[in-house]
Amino acid sequence: MGDLLLQVVQGLSLGAVYAALALALVLVHRFNGIVNFAQGELAMLSTYVAWQLLEAGLPFWAALPITLAVSVSAGALVERVVIRRVEGGGELACVAVTVGLMVLVNAAAGLVWSFAVRSFPNPFPAVLSFGSAQSGFSALGVLGVVAVMMLTLHLFFRHTGAGLIMRAVVADPVAARLSGIRVGRVLSLGWGVAAGVGAVAGILVAPLLFLEPNMMGGVLVYAFAAAVLGGFHDPVTTVAAGLAIGVAETLAGTYVKFVGADLKVAVPLLVIVAVLSLRRGRAVVRGTG
Amino acid sequence: MSGVEVAGRTGHRRLAVGQVAGDRRRAWPWPRVTLAALAAAACLVPFLLEPYRVFQLTMVLVHGIALLGLNLLVGHGGRVSLGHGAFLAVGAYGSAIMTTSLGVPYPLTLPVCALLTFGAGLALGRPALRLSGPYLAVVTFAVAVVVPLVIKRFGTVTGGSMGLSTPVPAAPSWTGLADDQWLYLLVLAVAVAAFAVARNLVESRAGRALAAGRENPAAAEVLGVRLDSHRTLAFGWSAMYAGVAGTLYAWVVGFVSPDSFTVTLSIVLLAAVVVGGPGSLLGPLLGGVFITFVPAVAQRAGDAVPGIVSGVLIVVVVCFVPTGLAGLLRMAAGAVTRGTGRG
Amino acid sequence: MTVREVTVRETTGPRVPARPVIRTAVSAALALVLALPLGGCRLTEEDDVLPAGACAGQQVTGISGDAIRVGGIYPLSGPASAYGLIASGARAYFGHVNEEGGVDGRKIEFVVRDDGYQPARAVEEARRLVELEEVFAIFQTVGTPSTAAVRDYADRRRVPQVFAATGASRWGTDWEHPWTIGYQPSYVAEARVYAQYLKETVPTATVAVLYQNDDFGRDLRDGFADAVRGSGVRIVAEQSYEVTDPGVQGQMANLAASGAEVLLSVTTPKFGAQALAVDAAVTSWNPLHIINSVAVAPAVMAGVDTGKVREIISAVYQKDAADPEWADDPAVAAYRASLRRYAPEADPAAQQAMFGWTAAQAFVQALKRMECPTREGLREAVRRLDEVSVDTLMPGITLSTGPGDGFPIESMMLARFAEGRWASFGEVVDTRAVFGPVRTAGSAG
Repeated sequence: MGDLLLQVVQGLSLGAVYAALALALVLVHRFNGIVNFAQGELAMLSTYVAWQLLEAGLPFWAALPITLAVSVSAGALVERVVIRRVEGGGELACVAVTVGLMVLVNAAAGLVWSFAVRSFPNPFPAVLSFGSAQSGFSALGVLGVVAVMMLTLHLFFRHTGAGLIMRAVVADPVAARLSGIRVGRVLSLGWGVAAGVGAVAGILVAPLLFLEPNMMGGVLVYAFAAAVLGGFHDPVTTVAAGLAIGVAETLAGTYVKFVGADLKVAVPLLVIVAVLSLRRGRAVVRGTG
Repeated sequence: MSGVEVAGRTGHRRLAVGQVAGDRRRAWPWPRVTLAALAAAACLVPFLLEPYRVFQLTMVLVHGIALLGLNLLVGHGGRVSLGHGAFLAVGAYGSAIMTTSLGVPYPLTLPVCALLTFGAGLALGRPALRLSGPYLAVVTFAVAVVVPLVIKRFGTVTGGSMGLSTPVPAAPSWTGLADDQWLYLLVLAVAVAAFAVARNLVESRAGRALAAGRENPAAAEVLGVRLDSHRTLAFGWSAMYAGVAGTLYAWVVGFVSPDSFTVTLSIVLLAAVVVGGPGSLLGPLLGGVFITFVPAVAQRAGDAVPGIVSGVLIVVVVCFVPTGLAGLLRMAAGAVTRGTGRG
Repeated sequence: MTVREVTVRETTGPRVPARPVIRTAVSAALALVLALPLGGCRLTEEDDVLPAGACAGQQVTGISGDAIRVGGIYPLSGPASAYGLIASGARAYFGHVNEEGGVDGRKIEFVVRDDGYQPARAVEEARRLVELEEVFAIFQTVGTPSTAAVRDYADRRRVPQVFAATGASRWGTDWEHPWTIGYQPSYVAEARVYAQYLKETVPTATVAVLYQNDDFGRDLRDGFADAVRGSGVRIVAEQSYEVTDPGVQGQMANLAASGAEVLLSVTTPKFGAQALAVDAAVTSWNPLHIINSVAVAPAVMAGVDTGKVREIISAVYQKDAADPEWADDPAVAAYRASLRRYAPEADPAAQQAMFGWTAAQAFVQALKRMECPTREGLREAVRRLDEVSVDTLMPGITLSTGPGDGFPIESMMLARFAEGRWASFGEVVDTRAVFGPVRTAGSAG
């Protein structure tokens, strides 16, 4: 029983990271209608920024806000400079440009920081025991941070003026523009917020997975699965899906023999395909939204 | 689809230009002479260059064939696939397994693999193409991630992660050719046939239906175009091209392994279509040049540079030259034509 | 484009004319037939061979009286680019040798190409090196897939592919590819060292194995299973992971459930580090942590909270430049100085740089032992090494090959990680003497 608990906790902590990255994907998609293949790499870049700050001697809780500020501005800048040009350029242009960014950011990080594996300090105390199982406290810490992040986003979108404007743009960009809202700026801000969420995901996952330019490659597939489960639309479903996928893949590796560890990555794929074929009708409507 | 809708939001919509918008004006006054010169050059090249250069050109053609197929789907059909590496893998492994385990002579593997991937494309295309907008890209991306793992999972047939070595087709003795020359000419013949077929496809009723679906699916459906079946067929064709390219790849490289068909390959293929010029016939060839030569050249500048160069090229091309290198070439040709007063 | 324009005009004719592309195909075929008599001839030359003497008929491409051209293919970019440091180490050694007058008066020109750890690109780069750069030999390909991919080509072109940086056991037992030879102790040999240690110290150990699901992981795991067969040491749990997986947390949780006394971590640096981190975080399970040598990297060990892992053991065969034990060693001092001079980008403490340096040294030894200064001569020389010593290998470890023995290094020592450094202990284990020769590549499953 204790073993099961340990596996579930490990699954949840990875799942929370999938959820955080999926949240960033959903945000971008709701603002621009773009699936951002570079989301993981941007998160990796943010993590390197944090790592560089820590190396320079800053304490973790000082480095975090700086990193977030840098990430938000960088995300907004990417939207303004690159993404704005392909809006309306069709599906191919949207996918291709983010794929291009993914390749570019990965190589650039390799050039600057090399592909060597680096350890990243864990902001949470290492060990906690509960019941018969003992596990990293970090697992719970990760969950907590993701919960706080969701709450903050919720409060931001529901109870601030900026949030209201952003919701107006998502609901009807044309009407929003007609009533004087600078839609372009809001879209930039949307990308910025998404990049910030991604940065949190990167920083959370780095102590577990160790920092290197390809760190987020594997995470991205799982984040896609979670985002698809949430219809690229609903943040709450997305986060729940991320957690469920994290637990499912950990347990599937153990309890479903055919899957084994070989085909564990196929789990998110199956999830994506199953979900899409089951709710095709609705997904079509939402997917374009 | 989604892109068009979103476009209104910021008021930044740009119209498609040039060939993408159906511009069919004559851009070059000497098509026959140029074509003849190119054909002559293509046939003479293996006798003039070092074996390594011949090999590189062979790889350009192999990639060109794969891109030609992907372009049918992406450029002409307007649907994005990030998983075409999977069909390449099927073609390559199909050929490798047939020649090594089953002892099938290598020329036979080409039609067999072509049929196999065509069937697979049709079977997968129907459900896949119903996915809207970016979902297709996401699903095909996930497929591309899983392919190498599936290859490893069935290691008894595929040789697992060690891969399979396949005999390189030897030139028949009556030709008196060196092996690399023979392979080049073989691939060239297949590529020419592939180009001819692709061109006929695009010019045909099916090709126009595809383009109509790309530009305005709703209007196309209203006009009675059965988009589903046309797109499924396009998916089948494009899978077949990828399969053929995979088979040729196995012949040329003489070795297949799961690491040759990672998600990177699929990404590179898509990038090459975009950079070469989506929706043009010349684009895939230029894309093949991009895949083969850009990493080799950029590596001289530094180790991580190829990735940066590719990334920047993709972003810049998408943002500033949506018609790709082929579009640039067309513009240049147009300028020459105007300059000489023959337009 | 141009093609399309032509059609528009052509189709105005009274009958449907042959389409230009098809016509091109026909003319291409015609040109082909006409060109066939030219077949085989091209403007480039064939490989150079010695005209006379005892070595007549042997290839001397890439070697002259004062220079040897050597090519290497390394993953300088992409996921495995940490191994690119091997090239830096090798380059430093060749620089060092050239400065001292070269090998028998011949300076070594080292041409490095990048394959990004993709086998297809490795083949392409091998062709480039052999056909365009006209190298004498391919000194090192990195990784089993790339080496396997190049092997057939090297065999066909009869080019030595020497000291490939991979421990797969198949290089040493494959007599059909005499031109290819490995270098480091095979994964099977390494597994045997661990097995031997466990049999001696914990004869009834229960072992949990975490392995990478590819030839490397399977080779080592199967080697270990073979070596402990019939003893009291038992494998009680196994988990594999894919290189594309984000992490091994799930696998480690499953292994922890077995409660095994020993964890054998058959991993690459990133996953090895993750496994160590999980081991440190899970307090209810404290196995003896054996980590295979390819996973050991300074950055990996730096991040580990060793206080929370019971004991970390690995196998070594070359000197560790970061180890104070070798601080005054002249060989290591020469390595540090040359690396600083010829490859300043490389960290001298990195095991990979030392690996490249040591392998390059072995290569130079092989060059010196060529009876004929030809490709055939090199092939013979690397297959007839007689206890050749290299000064950056651990004392007591030498390179030996011969008929029936295609493994240059088969001895290793154990090392324990304590106080931030690896300290070797015990005797050198000669796995060939203890376990007999590695039989077939088939034992790798």
